[in-house]
Amino acid sequence: MATDPLLRRPKPARAVGRKAPLLPEAAGIYLAHHRQVAKDSAQRLWRAPLASLMTWLVMGVALALPVGLLLVLSSVQGVSAGWDSSARITVYLADQVTLEQARRLRADVAARANIQEVVLVDRDTALQEFRTGSGLDEALAYLDENPLPHSLLVTPDESARTAAAVELLADSLGAMGEAARVQIDLDWLQRLSAITRLLERVVWVLALLLGGAVILVIGNTIRLAIENRRDEILVAKLVGGTDGFVRRPFLYTGLWYGLGGGLVALLLLGLALWWLSGPVERLADLYRSQFELSGLGLEGVLALLGCAMLLGWLGAWLAVKRHLDAIEPGVPAGSG
Amino acid sequence: MIEFQQVTKRYDSDHTALRQVNFSLSRGELTFLTGHSGAGKSTLLKLIMLMERPTAGKIVIGGQLLNTLPRRQIPYLRRHIGVVFQNHQLLFDRTVFANVAMPLEVMGTPARDIGRRVRAALDKVGLLSKEKMNPMQLSGGEQQRVGIARAVVNKPPVLLADEPTGNLDPDLSADIMRLFEQFSQVGVTVLIASHDISLINAMGRRTLTLEQGRLVAGAAHGH
Ligand SMILES: Nc1ncnc2c1ncn2[C@@H]1O[C@H](COP(=O)(O)OP(=O)(O)O)[C@@H](O)[C@H]1O
Ligand SMILES: [Mg+2]
Repeated sequence: MATDPLLRRPKPARAVGRKAPLLPEAAGIYLAHHRQVAKDSAQRLWRAPLASLMTWLVMGVALALPVGLLLVLSSVQGVSAGWDSSARITVYLADQVTLEQARRLRADVAARANIQEVVLVDRDTALQEFRTGSGLDEALAYLDENPLPHSLLVTPDESARTAAAVELLADSLGAMGEAARVQIDLDWLQRLSAITRLLERVVWVLALLLGGAVILVIGNTIRLAIENRRDEILVAKLVGGTDGFVRRPFLYTGLWYGLGGGLVALLLLGLALWWLSGPVERLADLYRSQFELSGLGLEGVLALLGCAMLLGWLGAWLAVKRHLDAIEPGVPAGSG
Repeated sequence: MIEFQQVTKRYDSDHTALRQVNFSLSRGELTFLTGHSGAGKSTLLKLIMLMERPTAGKIVIGGQLLNTLPRRQIPYLRRHIGVVFQNHQLLFDRTVFANVAMPLEVMGTPARDIGRRVRAALDKVGLLSKEKMNPMQLSGGEQQRVGIARAVVNKPPVLLADEPTGNLDPDLSADIMRLFEQFSQVGVTVLIASHDISLINAMGRRTLTLEQGRLVAGAAHGH
């Protein structure tokens, strides 16, 4: 009797059923169980809509804030990146330089090393562009004479587009006798991009902190859920529920909190985007810039939801580790 | 089926709940465990359930040495031991059916089998008609029988009961005892902790008697 093999069932897979079902059936049951638990925990959240909504809102705000800031920053960076790749130097030629001279000069500069392209903008074309672009058409009509000089738009080789190299090139171009003034189009953009890079770091730190806060909020919510279902946990463990079995509903609850929070965040971002899009367009128009606030896109949406669910799951996992594993059927009543 | 060898359980350094307890129970045997309050009855049952670990000695259940059983294996052991408590530990947020189904759900039993087996267990304790009720709507004796149905629904080879008749009047207690007898007749090893001497005497079964943690009677096989 001491060697009765009845209890020797060390493998969980075999303990699934008395007949040791075929693996596919066991897997099917396991999946069905997961579906059931997922559904149950979602329904529990629905049954306490107010409490769930509060958690979702807190989480949504905490997620929307850094994501929104990152979106704005990446839009700004999009602008500077667009310019970066066409880093240009404009050389305004002296008034007395003729078109013929300007053409020759263009060819000279284009023949230099480190130059990708040189475009000559003659003064007539420049005026034309200015007219159509600025809306000052009528005012310009009063001028008898074109006040604009010829200019060369110099694009350095990609290899020579560092700030220092561009500056050097600008200096040497400015030293030409025909040049009246040299302008680097990059100047303010470099500053802008340095600022956005700094801001990006700040936002990432903020995102980390808020992510941590989300984990703690979810963890605390799950801790309360565990306390509320203490009796059930005790009975489940008493009748042979594994740690995985008793944890599962809470981990799914964490996932659902995460999903809800992610959806709220998307909603908030959508609203903010819609609300800001008008003013941003007007601003961009004023600066004649391509700037536009871009949304998340499908990938971004999925990534945000994925992150939110991961955070929810992590919070739940921490709570479960700390509070659930400690619940053991210790003192069965009936000591008499 | 259950074997204790020199089992000692000390809770605190100076408080010994069980001292060098030796006994063994065979398959299908129905045995009582008695003794005054604080004698160590509950402790002995908890050791079998691995709710506590022995301080010294060996415990073997169904050929499995419990001393070396790792923590994560404990649930699989418990699936083979049904337990009934005086305060029955039923969940009042779900139906009688759902209460009884818990041991099967924990094991991942397919849904179609759960319905069949839960009804079989409820039928056995005479509560088939109350499966959809909340346990709160039942009388004390009925609640205790729901607890028993839950303990036997997965047909465990071992059934433990800690003061299962503590709150019940003599008639109901006798009913419950008859149920336990039926289980032992189909091969279940039943161990019932109780201090109800008159009930135990009326049953005329082997009785283990604890006195301040020492097994003073019933250790030898037979009675
Ligand atoms: N968890 C525990 N911690 C410390 N002492 C305990 C614990 N459980 C029981 N005891 C003590 O062990 C002794 C036996 O208790 P118990 O097994 O409950 O006896 P019975 O069930 O026979 O009344 C008692 O003196 C009790 O106070
Ligand atoms: Mg007791």
